[in-house]
Amino acid sequence: AYIVKSTNKDELIIHLIWCLYSSWWGGVQMGPPDPILGVTEAFKRDTNPKKMNLGVGAYRDDQGKPFVLSCVRKAEAIITSKQLDKEYLPIGGLGEFSKACAELALGADSEVLKSGRNITVQTISGTGSLRIGANFLSRFHGGPLDVYLPKPSWGNHTPIFRDAGMQLKAYRYYDPSTCGFDFKGALDDISKIPEQSVIMLHACAHNPTGVDPRPEQWKEISDIVKKRNLLVFFDMAYQGFASGDIDRDAWAVRYFIEQGHNIVLSQSFAKNMGLYGERVGGFTVVCNDAEEAKRVESQLKILIRPIYSNPPMNGARIAATILNTPDLRSIWLGEVHGMANRIIKMREQLVAGLKKEGSSHNWQHVIDQIGMFCFTGLKPEQVERLTKEFSVYMTKDGRISMAGVTSGNVGYLAQGIHAVTK
Amino acid sequence: MSVFSEVPQAAPVAVFKLSQDFSNDQFPQKVNLGVGAYRTDEGQPWVLPVVKKVEKIIVHDDRLNHEYLPILGLPEFRSSASKIALGDDSPAIQEDRVGAVQCLGGTGALKMGAEFLRRFYNGNNNTKTPVYVSAPTWENHNAVFANAGFDDVRPYKYWDAENRGLDLAGFLGDLESCPEHSIFVLHACAHNPTGTDPTQEQWMQIADIMMRRKLFVFFDSAYQGFASGSLEKDAWAVRYFVSMGFEMFCAQSFSKNFGLYNERVGNLTIVAQDADNLKRILSQMEKIVRTTWSNPPSQGARIVAITLNSPELFSEWKDNVKTMADRVLLMRAQLKAKLQALGTPGTWDHITEQIGMFSFTGLNSKQVEYMVKEKHIYLMASGRINMCGLTTKNIDYVAESIHETVTMVQ
Repeated sequence: AYIVKSTNKDELIIHLIWCLYSSWWGGVQMGPPDPILGVTEAFKRDTNPKKMNLGVGAYRDDQGKPFVLSCVRKAEAIITSKQLDKEYLPIGGLGEFSKACAELALGADSEVLKSGRNITVQTISGTGSLRIGANFLSRFHGGPLDVYLPKPSWGNHTPIFRDAGMQLKAYRYYDPSTCGFDFKGALDDISKIPEQSVIMLHACAHNPTGVDPRPEQWKEISDIVKKRNLLVFFDMAYQGFASGDIDRDAWAVRYFIEQGHNIVLSQSFAKNMGLYGERVGGFTVVCNDAEEAKRVESQLKILIRPIYSNPPMNGARIAATILNTPDLRSIWLGEVHGMANRIIKMREQLVAGLKKEGSSHNWQHVIDQIGMFCFTGLKPEQVERLTKEFSVYMTKDGRISMAGVTSGNVGYLAQGIHAVTK
Repeated sequence: MSVFSEVPQAAPVAVFKLSQDFSNDQFPQKVNLGVGAYRTDEGQPWVLPVVKKVEKIIVHDDRLNHEYLPILGLPEFRSSASKIALGDDSPAIQEDRVGAVQCLGGTGALKMGAEFLRRFYNGNNNTKTPVYVSAPTWENHNAVFANAGFDDVRPYKYWDAENRGLDLAGFLGDLESCPEHSIFVLHACAHNPTGTDPTQEQWMQIADIMMRRKLFVFFDSAYQGFASGSLEKDAWAVRYFVSMGFEMFCAQSFSKNFGLYNERVGNLTIVAQDADNLKRILSQMEKIVRTTWSNPPSQGARIVAITLNSPELFSEWKDNVKTMADRVLLMRAQLKAKLQALGTPGTWDHITEQIGMFSFTGLNSKQVEYMVKEKHIYLMASGRINMCGLTTKNIDYVAESIHETVTMVQ
């Protein structure tokens, strides 16, 4: 309320009416558009027939169409024939799913699984998993509530941890001068992180850069992280999708566990099973022993219940069916391999195309980077030109989703990139 | 040395522990009157025939894929779900001031609403705004609002244990004496756990005070259609408040009335003052969604949207809902009749006066313990029973057990 200085009766009446009818929400500002999803909005409005959407990370086939894996369709048919009920899942989700999810990440012969010292719960895909993890750490972590993200990291990491009440810090990761890994910078920064802080590591196919440490580099990172006594939070959203091999992509996670790190881990099945909209994910805490795992589990349930009570069935049931049915699992591994291969091929074709256009730049990083995304190295002005003049849509940081590239449009893309960088 | 060595064991969520204890019980005549899910007369879960039909449609539609939904959810789901709550001809909808967020069940809808209110209602990030929930209420209400950051979640008088009915005077008294701008969580129909709803006249009194004292209206609508068998009747309170001109939220669940429990289908309907307010509210909702689950699951929303948007399927759905509601009404009538025939001490009118899935029997905790331990009949410590757990085959045993309990245990 405030004083209205007016002797004008009409003005006063208008003000009074305004007060009576003014909204609770008058002060609510318009939220900024999501930087990644906003790209798709702009893309949709563009009428250029050659337009390309290289923004959001969803896999497309070589015709540029969404790809429903055949193992998913087969699993759905099996599930439909079983005529199951729709009773609530437990808070921690579908048991067969959580078990298979943990096995996929840790390896079926993992000592952690044998001793039952992990707790794995089904979550609302990767985001939901990170959020539960962040909430758990915020409530129970005895060390500093500081999460160290690689620079750069997935844009949504920051607000997730912040909303959960944690502080965000960073360690050097991407080297723009090489479009590769700033190994020295990373080790240097990590060696200075205060003990017991939380460090976020992308298990494979780093988002947004596509730059992953090599195994020998992972080993050194593990050593320094151990020395600093940091709590490791792995985000694995692309297992299988990066190299085409699920065990190879989980190598870092498994190595760290072998080295004695009791990690926390987020997994997503959005990309590697194409189950984006079904929201399939897992959150794992590796504990000292089974007794501790039980205590942690009980607290995770307390966290989950007031957010969404229990998770959705459909996607988890599909994923569990695939993972637990040998034939389907086999088909799945082949299809994941196929998706990863197509991406690798597009990387090669893009570089070949750029060479053909006569580009004098070194584009080796396009081939060296791995996974869905490529950090092209394009500057914001170049990105803007690429969008305005060629209708190629990508995020301002120069990130492109290779999944949006096809044999039919890779030549056009090479043309455009060459035009804005020559 | 583990970072989690100090993590204490949390107590299990009561209603799920009850189900687990029931599962482990070997007694052949055991009865589960605990968790709130519909059961057929054979004591089995029931996938609605219309849902089976629609699932087949989905599985055979090659045009459908598993791509991400928009952050706020499936548009055809959101709009048709809001229409169910507010009515097809709702003036608020026609005035473009109704929006929605597809959420993970009713819980998710409450969560999103709570998170928004904590950030933007009554100032910015005002965690001190009192949130009032009925005494008693669904046990998760407290946690949803507390976890969203509200420091002050309090009870408002609701259940009159002595008279087994609504404590209207107490309720109205709390509305008059609470701090202005307090948030009130109202059960749209079929109050959980008491099954006792205000009458239309009583709702009008409640609305008057809330308007005058600038209190925020947050409806929880988890049983529309399920309570009386009529969608319109069960939405009367929500629609009345909308017609009064409130800016309000309504958290809708399709778990019970569509039997889609595990697909997590919910909708937060937002009634704003005008389109501009609505636009800004939705833009902020997107940010909250993005850091919680990014975008909602598609299967359940598709099933509901396809059903609501097809005249034949919609009609079939209404029949399925009525089937469920009618069986519950039958069980209520029969339980009361049997208790009266047995001459069980006390009055049992409340069993048929109450509405929806639950009944607050009036059994005290000692009596509940007796029921569970001696008779292997599982119900909540509050004395709440799920009417759906009753069948023509077990109702005699339950009635006799209640009779025995009430006479033996005080």
